[in-house]
Amino acid sequence: MDRRETIKWMLAASAVIPLSRIHAAAAESYGTDPNLQRVYHPGDLWPLTLTQSQRDRATLLCDTILPADATSPSASQVGVVDLIDEWISAPYPTQRKDRDLVLRGLDWLDSESQRRFAKPWLDIPAPQLQAICDDICWVPKAKPEFLEAARFFARYRDLTTGGFYTSPQGRADLRYVGNTPLPRFDGPPLEVLKKVGLA
Amino acid sequence: MPFISAQAAAHKDYDVIVVGSGAAGGQIAYTLTMDGVRVLMLEAGRKYDASEAAMFQTPDVAPLRGMDTPDKNFGFYDATVDGGWQVPGEPYIVGKGEGETDFKWWRARMLGGRTNHWGRISLRNGPYDFKPRTRDGLGIDWPIAYEDLAPYYDKVEMLVGIYGSNDGLENTPDSPAGCLLPPPKPIVSELLVQKHTARLGFPTVAGHRAVLTQALDWRRLPAKLHPGNPTAQKIIAADMQKRVPCFWATPCGNGCSIRANYQSTTVHLPPALATGKLDIVTDAMVAEITLSKNGRASGVRFVDRHSGKRVEVRARAVVLAASAFESVRILFNSHPSGHAAGLANSSGRLGRYLMDTVGSSLGGQVPLLENLPPHNEEGASGGHLYVPWWGYQAQAAGKLDFPRGYHIEFGGGRRMPDFDTLEGLEWLTNGSYGTKLKEDARRYYGSFVHFSGRGEMIPNEKSYCEIDPTVKDRWGIPVLRFHWQWSEHETRQAAHMQQTFAAIIESMGGRVRNQPQADGAKAISAGGSIIHEIGGAIMGDDPQTSVVNQWCQTWEINNLFVADGAPFPSNADKNPTLTIMANAWRVGDHIVDRMKRREL
Repeated sequence: MDRRETIKWMLAASAVIPLSRIHAAAAESYGTDPNLQRVYHPGDLWPLTLTQSQRDRATLLCDTILPADATSPSASQVGVVDLIDEWISAPYPTQRKDRDLVLRGLDWLDSESQRRFAKPWLDIPAPQLQAICDDICWVPKAKPEFLEAARFFARYRDLTTGGFYTSPQGRADLRYVGNTPLPRFDGPPLEVLKKVGLA
Repeated sequence: MPFISAQAAAHKDYDVIVVGSGAAGGQIAYTLTMDGVRVLMLEAGRKYDASEAAMFQTPDVAPLRGMDTPDKNFGFYDATVDGGWQVPGEPYIVGKGEGETDFKWWRARMLGGRTNHWGRISLRNGPYDFKPRTRDGLGIDWPIAYEDLAPYYDKVEMLVGIYGSNDGLENTPDSPAGCLLPPPKPIVSELLVQKHTARLGFPTVAGHRAVLTQALDWRRLPAKLHPGNPTAQKIIAADMQKRVPCFWATPCGNGCSIRANYQSTTVHLPPALATGKLDIVTDAMVAEITLSKNGRASGVRFVDRHSGKRVEVRARAVVLAASAFESVRILFNSHPSGHAAGLANSSGRLGRYLMDTVGSSLGGQVPLLENLPPHNEEGASGGHLYVPWWGYQAQAAGKLDFPRGYHIEFGGGRRMPDFDTLEGLEWLTNGSYGTKLKEDARRYYGSFVHFSGRGEMIPNEKSYCEIDPTVKDRWGIPVLRFHWQWSEHETRQAAHMQQTFAAIIESMGGRVRNQPQADGAKAISAGGSIIHEIGGAIMGDDPQTSVVNQWCQTWEINNLFVADGAPFPSNADKNPTLTIMANAWRVGDHIVDRMKRREL
């Protein structure tokens, strides 16, 4: 059975067992001497494990954190949900810890919106969604009952910005310039030096 | 004669066996083969070629966006393969006795060793650094002085290609004209740091790094490197022309296939192989040194990692250059009759005086650097400027509560965003999300500065290693057990670093991200974590108190040498690699002389 078939098999099996309860233990690490030249996509190295329902909630949260605007697309439009799925399905300790935090957090969003608005997270209108996010968006000001959710949100925001700003569209949004050979290195342009008072 | 099998090597006789292929092994193999000595190099890891380097790869095509994992500790694209803080199947033990603190041991199992990913910072030790005990009564003097090593610093700088400037600063030696390459222009955050450190009363000058900012002068340099040796001159002139200067892109730590920076695999080994005098066996994990009946080293025994079999190879002399503590381990594990405490250890000093560098870091954000016009800040991929230690006068006047100094490495700029570039941004944004977060990201990207201190540790009796009585690695070779303790000399220095970094950041109008740590024991990085391990087989004038003499020749076995950082009796704040190379060249010249005189 090749890797692709393994993934299919894993996904089929997941229809029976809730995937959030399947640990990523089966996933194999890439080892200490991986091929650095090939292009990797989420799912190439270990099976992705988010259920459709989890993916939907993850997508909404990603795009709430980084929505599309005039400059760049939304987080989910540049593959951040796939990245988060890869991340929380990975066989490494940091990612396993994040898996626990993220899956519980995604469940919390649903139960919180049910509790407050009697609707699932995916169905609440923008102002209600914002009301929940405002309560959990900054750990230092979160009320005690929201502290754990705030920790989830902080980590999820880091995963989202990490994914977004390492994408080509994210790099363009920040107006990053580089990764291209130059005939010489000239240092900062005059306008830059002027702006910081060095010219 | 290039890469050969373990079995092939076992059937040949060599002049010298060199164990290790990094800065020390590469340099000594270069020096010896250029003078016609037949060398067998043994490397524990696999063959590696910098054409494997992932140079332009972006995080979006890497697993986990290229972030570090237990498999690749410095990120997916870091040049190190089969290495890290742990090597599978090759454990080490860290003592947990009272007062002992953590120790981490970075190893690379690959041709070129740790030179493939290092920071390329290449600083000369100054005159004070060789005579620390004479100056302040602490630590151990070297049996050699700056003047002994200076000609070799010159040569290494000319061979490797080091950018930097001569600033005439105390204990920060200038290089003779024609040694250094011009430094790259500083980026804006560096210029801002320079302005504000000047206000605070200390200098910021050009960094010294092993990166070609222009092509090496292949017409002038070969005669300086190898006077009277036309064959060597021809080989190195040809090789210098194959190295391409930096094209101002891609991280040095990923490796450099155009050979613009120094890796043993791109600078030392190609010309050494071109002499036809060098054989290399990779996947050769050296277990012990073998002795002949007359008590001289006859060769080494290694484990061929392909077959798991032990193989014996022979030579007239053996040079250990396996990285300081790995060389110590080999000596400990070599105990033919009469050497129960390990080879060359009648002084009892083997494994003693382990040192690393004092490290501490602090970062901040500078409003002046927000929203700058887009421009390319990648440069030579490391510091274009640095702050050499400035406190000699203050120390002499008794104004500081610690001896010895540190230099400051710092960085910032609009570099390619990594997965964690904007991590934890809420310390500035109060938790923004949505469109506001995108605006915040644009505002703050490129406005961060980060400072790291690199300071001198004074050797002490409580930082040492020994062989663990029970644990063996996957090859059946007994492993090291480390014991580590900092003294107040180091922890006070680390606390001082924190204050200094905060002062610079605040002077620039910036905000420190975390409160500067006043408790030095908390501010200091774990032992070993700066990856500047030194000591364990120190050199000296007295066989009672040192393991090797000034030529890094063991006192007890005159054809056995240790040419890496293990013989260093002190670990100046200057990063050790350049000194390792200069010292290895000196040792290599000495071996050539003695072979010519038929003394080996």
